[in-house]
Amino acid sequence: MKHTLSVLVENKPGVLTRIAGLFARRNFNIDSLAVGETEDPRYSRMTITVDGQAQPIEQVTKQLHKLVNVLKINDLDPATTLQRELVLMKVAADSSSRAEVMQLAGIFRAKVIDVSPQSVVVEVTGDTGKVEALTRVLQPFGIIELVRTGKIAISRGKQPT
Amino acid sequence: MKAARALLEALKREGVDVVFGYPGGSVIPLYDAMYDFDIRHILTRHEQGAIHAADGYARASGKVGVCIATSGPGATNLITGIANAYLDSVPLVAITGQVRSAMIGTDAFQEADVTGITLPVVKHSYLVHTAEEIPQVIHEAFYIARTGRPGPVVVDVPVDLQLAEIEYDAERATVIDLPGYRPTLKGHPKQVRAAAKALAEAERPLIYAGGGVVSAGAHQELFELAEYTHVPVTTTLTGIGCFPGTHHLSLGMLGMHGTKYANYAINNCDLIFAVGVRFDDRVTGNLETFAPSAKVVHVDIDPAEISKNVAVAVPIVGDAKRVLTDLLVQIKKLDLSPDRHLSWMRQVEDWKESHPLRIRTDEGGEIMPEFVVRTIWEVTDGKAVVCTEVGQNQMWAAQLYHARGPRQFISSGGLGTMGFGFPAAIGAQVARPDALVIDVAGDGSIQMNIQELSTAVGNRLPVKICILNNGCLGMVRQWQDLFWNKRYSSTIFEHQPDFVKLAEAYGADGYRVEKCEDVEPVLREAFATPNTAIIDFRVKCEANVFPMVPAGGSVDDMLGGEE
Repeated sequence: MKHTLSVLVENKPGVLTRIAGLFARRNFNIDSLAVGETEDPRYSRMTITVDGQAQPIEQVTKQLHKLVNVLKINDLDPATTLQRELVLMKVAADSSSRAEVMQLAGIFRAKVIDVSPQSVVVEVTGDTGKVEALTRVLQPFGIIELVRTGKIAISRGKQPT
Repeated sequence: MKAARALLEALKREGVDVVFGYPGGSVIPLYDAMYDFDIRHILTRHEQGAIHAADGYARASGKVGVCIATSGPGATNLITGIANAYLDSVPLVAITGQVRSAMIGTDAFQEADVTGITLPVVKHSYLVHTAEEIPQVIHEAFYIARTGRPGPVVVDVPVDLQLAEIEYDAERATVIDLPGYRPTLKGHPKQVRAAAKALAEAERPLIYAGGGVVSAGAHQELFELAEYTHVPVTTTLTGIGCFPGTHHLSLGMLGMHGTKYANYAINNCDLIFAVGVRFDDRVTGNLETFAPSAKVVHVDIDPAEISKNVAVAVPIVGDAKRVLTDLLVQIKKLDLSPDRHLSWMRQVEDWKESHPLRIRTDEGGEIMPEFVVRTIWEVTDGKAVVCTEVGQNQMWAAQLYHARGPRQFISSGGLGTMGFGFPAAIGAQVARPDALVIDVAGDGSIQMNIQELSTAVGNRLPVKICILNNGCLGMVRQWQDLFWNKRYSSTIFEHQPDFVKLAEAYGADGYRVEKCEDVEPVLREAFATPNTAIIDFRVKCEANVFPMVPAGGSVDDMLGGEE
């Protein structure tokens, strides 16, 4: 099972290296990682997705907790968490297929943000399921490039993440 | 004042009176400030010597060890020592010079990314960005190094910052603000009660104690617990001395080269009371077959150690001293019948009697190494501070030197660093000037940091190096003997120095012992002088350390050691 860890860290140089290095040397794998400053510039929040099957999630969080710059770790419950990632896809599309690509993008509430004679760039935001569905649908046209931010997550309601 | 001076003031305030180090271009300002400052500096002959000495100092004294090295190669020479301290949880602060701030990242002369290189082997590290933060960083570094699970902290200080003029406001600089670092010291009361109950109810209990007991200073509490509950105690390598080795409840060391009775006990017990240990692979062997019928109570200050290797029924996160103190209160409320595990104790006694450690004096006229270690123990009455190198010498020392108390047996456990013992002995001698400090060495290991003879002699540190000289890299040769068809690939030295002349060249005393009857008199003679000494014991080349549980094996696979 995939786990989404929300990790609150001190916003200091080298912290990302410490986290990434810990995963590497403890033989843990990161599926995705997104990081940015929080509402308080002293802290950053990392959203890390890891495979709970491949590694004991308890060891991952305990080892992370040992890093001096890590303040808080939350293994987010998907039922009470909003998760999103942003994906940009460059899809092969000429005059014969462009309309269909744009129509499909529309169904997914994805935006077409660039058009050229041979391609369009589609921007989509959503959870992993939505992104994968759109990718599958656009695959037959030819996905030239795909760039994704990695998942970010926030808890529902007033409770802090 | 200059920031270099402020750094020293911060060290002084942390109680530092001695540092080990080696100067270089990027720490000249720091050394200049030290020139007329009241901190003793021990100049080693290699940075590795400095950090192992700081490590030995820390282990012998219980204080934070400090070492200094310059940028680039000076700092990279510390890496083994940092990793060594990390794996054995030794509190160290390593201060390294760095190239000028503006030059960082340009591949400048003697530049190395020290915080980067050391990242996997430090408890924490700092690359200092402003001169003003230097004192606070030093105080934080000490706080992190000595609290919680101790460990090494690296502070990398660019040379230009050492020269800047700053204020040292001790009041402000010693305020520790680490929101992400709050070690748990007090064990959960409910868990402590559960542990007490488990100990009281067990039919075949065993205490498995390690380095955490030593670093927490919990040996007295451990002693009281063992005596009160009448439960036998086995220790890890780093735990040697946390329980007296000659006590009737002591089973000595367990694991790969542990005693047979300790290994039989752990594999047959129904309760492991583990304190300050980490179920290392050299202890457990094959985890699938380790202690099959045991319920585990695990006390450790590091939550990540609990259930890392072995499933734990009663986890207690906390400082060993505090937890054992609380536990004693709880267990004294319970009704402990003195003969509640009588048949278990008879069984343990029986194992002890029928499977003692083998100590041969000689074989074919050649001195057996275990006889030398045994004699060292007898001559010193278990009161010396014994440091070891790594390999067979270390295992014989661990088996046969029954240290009376904690901080008296100093050995590289987790990393297994050859060349650790002698510089560590130098550090231990600095920490305990009046103690007899011995390095039990092999002829391989001693040559890895032998340059420190100069440091020892120059500082009048009367360390006694006892080389169990078998002319080979004994432990690897033993593996080749047992598991590789005696193909002694690169383990027999084709040449060796004359250790007696070598000692004399450095101004130390040198002795050579080739006959069993000379072992004791020469030890007595060497121990009686105020000089640094090497005693070159010529021992049997093909002597093996037994018992031995092959790597990854089970207690059932245990080899040798029979009379």
